[in-house]
Amino acid sequence: MSDIPMSTMEPGTRPSLPPPVTETGIIGWMRHNLFATWFDALLTVLAMVLVYLIVPPFVNWTIVAATWVFPPDVITGTRTAQFSDCSANAGACWIFVRARLPQFFYGFYPADERWRVDIVLIMLAVSIYGLLSERVKNKKVVGWFFFAAFPILAFWLLLGGLGLQPVPTRLWGGFMLTVVISSVGIVFSLPLGILLALGRRSRLPVVHMICVIFIEFARGVPLISILFMANVLLPLFLPQGVSLDILLRILIGVTLFAAAYMAEVVRGGLQALPKGQYEGAMALGLGYWQVTRFIIMPQALRIAIPGIVNNFISLTQDTTLVAIVGLYDFLNIVRAGSRDSKWIGTEMEGYVFCALIYFICCFAMSRYSMYLERKLHTGHKKR
Amino acid sequence: MAEISSGDSGHATSVVWWRDERKRGMLAQLVAGLAVVGAAYFLANNMITNQARLGVPLSLSFLTDPAGFQLSFATISVTIESPIWRILLVGALNTLVASIIAAIIATVVGLVVGIMRLSTNWLVARIAEVYIEAIRNVPLLLQLVFWYGGVLVALPKPKDSLSLWDIVFLNVKGLSTPRPILGSDFWFVAATFVVGVACAIWIRRWAKRRQQQTGAQFPSVSIGLGLIIALPLLVNFILGNPVTWELPQQGTFRFTGGLSFQPEVVALIIGLSLNSAAFIAEIVRGGIISVSHGQTEAAYALGLRPAKNLRLVIIPQALRVMVPPMISQYLNVVKNSTLAGFIGYPDLFSVISTSQNQTGRAVECVTMLMLFYLTVSLSISSVMNWYNKRVALIER
Repeated sequence: MSDIPMSTMEPGTRPSLPPPVTETGIIGWMRHNLFATWFDALLTVLAMVLVYLIVPPFVNWTIVAATWVFPPDVITGTRTAQFSDCSANAGACWIFVRARLPQFFYGFYPADERWRVDIVLIMLAVSIYGLLSERVKNKKVVGWFFFAAFPILAFWLLLGGLGLQPVPTRLWGGFMLTVVISSVGIVFSLPLGILLALGRRSRLPVVHMICVIFIEFARGVPLISILFMANVLLPLFLPQGVSLDILLRILIGVTLFAAAYMAEVVRGGLQALPKGQYEGAMALGLGYWQVTRFIIMPQALRIAIPGIVNNFISLTQDTTLVAIVGLYDFLNIVRAGSRDSKWIGTEMEGYVFCALIYFICCFAMSRYSMYLERKLHTGHKKR
Repeated sequence: MAEISSGDSGHATSVVWWRDERKRGMLAQLVAGLAVVGAAYFLANNMITNQARLGVPLSLSFLTDPAGFQLSFATISVTIESPIWRILLVGALNTLVASIIAAIIATVVGLVVGIMRLSTNWLVARIAEVYIEAIRNVPLLLQLVFWYGGVLVALPKPKDSLSLWDIVFLNVKGLSTPRPILGSDFWFVAATFVVGVACAIWIRRWAKRRQQQTGAQFPSVSIGLGLIIALPLLVNFILGNPVTWELPQQGTFRFTGGLSFQPEVVALIIGLSLNSAAFIAEIVRGGIISVSHGQTEAAYALGLRPAKNLRLVIIPQALRVMVPPMISQYLNVVKNSTLAGFIGYPDLFSVISTSQNQTGRAVECVTMLMLFYLTVSLSISSVMNWYNKRVALIER
């Protein structure tokens, strides 16, 4: 710029100078975001120390110093792997997870029948994709399949009978059991929660009271006490000779518990709708169920989506509590695996692996809900 | 809807009854009521029959039987011979102690992390974000067993424990801290503390009134803090230190003296409070960003400094948004403390579940358990709702 003499420029046509190097690029970014004031600089240094103390040892333990591959004699099949195969290294013993992976995934499901679990999980994944993806247009078919045909098919495939070898639920376990409990909870708690929310806002005093008492009761006590009740009390409440499978009892408990929370989220959505929507719909001559089905619910559920997905996330995490009644869900089976005498000392590996899987599932759900919230947002919110 | 139709049904007598909303509503209520009563009767009847068959009629007399099991942590003395009611009381106290301590730590940590998450410092904000996401997307039970079975068992043995200025020690056997030994003159110090608090409150009220009348400000916060903290310390010093501290003494296998907390307690408090802190951080963040930026701009235009803007403009408005979710978060802390049984801390749930196992009194035990949690939930929410009403926006 300096080679152009000043006098040759018309007033107002002089090109702007480039910004100083300290204001742009990585240096400028660091000046603004890390070292804006002396206090900021101090915080940055402290934060860097924290990162330095945590990240390198963790990376070293999980990746660099970890044992990833089986020793040669295990690969050739002369013996099975055990903890002493990796105790020489200071890092994580990932061969524990590799050796136990089928059990972590299928629990005690008979090895020859595991293809049935695979089919159910693949159907689940495909239909969820079909329901959520924008590329699949025929949502009605997918919806009918998912909510009507799939549960029956999955029930038959997992439990057996009618030509398949029966597999009792006490053999179910691992990741598969976690998926079963959380999907059943999600699928049944949402409609039940909607009914409860409508009941709570109903003008019929008896219906209103029943719903309020149920919701407040279920929300006032911890889930674990409801599971405890389903385990020790439900058998007493049934007629003599009738006994429900433990998994079924737990599913009932989890669903009722989740439904109460779902009801409150849906109620929030219902309350957020302006009164004009009800009045307009009624002015058109629609009856209660028509107003609810065509006018209110589509809008209320849209508002409630973030809360509903948050409930799904907590439900998925809460399935870990079924360990209290002796079911081997994903976390419990990993813990049991690291208590095995061949693998004593692998608690940390188990917990980190478990945490990673739960994190992936729950984080994906929360990001999807954020995306949906943005996509469905029809208001004038500033972005 | 009921109003419209009730108006209709008054004169339009020709309407068939199943098209009359009011009569239909009555019928629906009758059916719902009968269904609930019927189900309750069916279940209760089954229960009474089953109990009669098993020969265990409903009764609370088992509460006075000796418990026959020991608790690993108790705030009041309890032995293996203690009656069951005392054991249950210890369990309830344990639940409350753990929840209160965890809630306090979680509030402090959550406040700090929530503000960090909003920091303009990129690195600080990212650290807070990673912490929040990691905690919120991993089950609490996994976090508790991680601290208990993963971290605390990996700590060094007592003879080479981690220590903080040789006062606080952390090792595989738990946490050891100094124990205060209160001398006979201690009540003077305590009395001074109470007087200090009273004076500070009075000064604050007086300063506020004077500022409203004359506009003159008074450093009531620093003087108040001085009265509350410095005055008792001064009295303590004059009286020749009636409070002495008993330091934990390092032995080969364990520490003697001082206060010691078993790993179960430490893991539960760490896990529970770090978990709730992440949720509280999100609540704090949500509250602060809900106050529009125009408020800050207006405050600056009036000449307030950033610190005063935060204290007088942002926080009072953010609090309004924060209180309702905080209520449910504190309730969650109490409810989540039931997971303590998984790591061997004797909270009410694990104690009741053991008692149920020993006595077979399922109905009584479950009822007591539910009543306790319902009472705690309802009292916390009523106290917090009262507070919420005070800070809520008063609209015309």
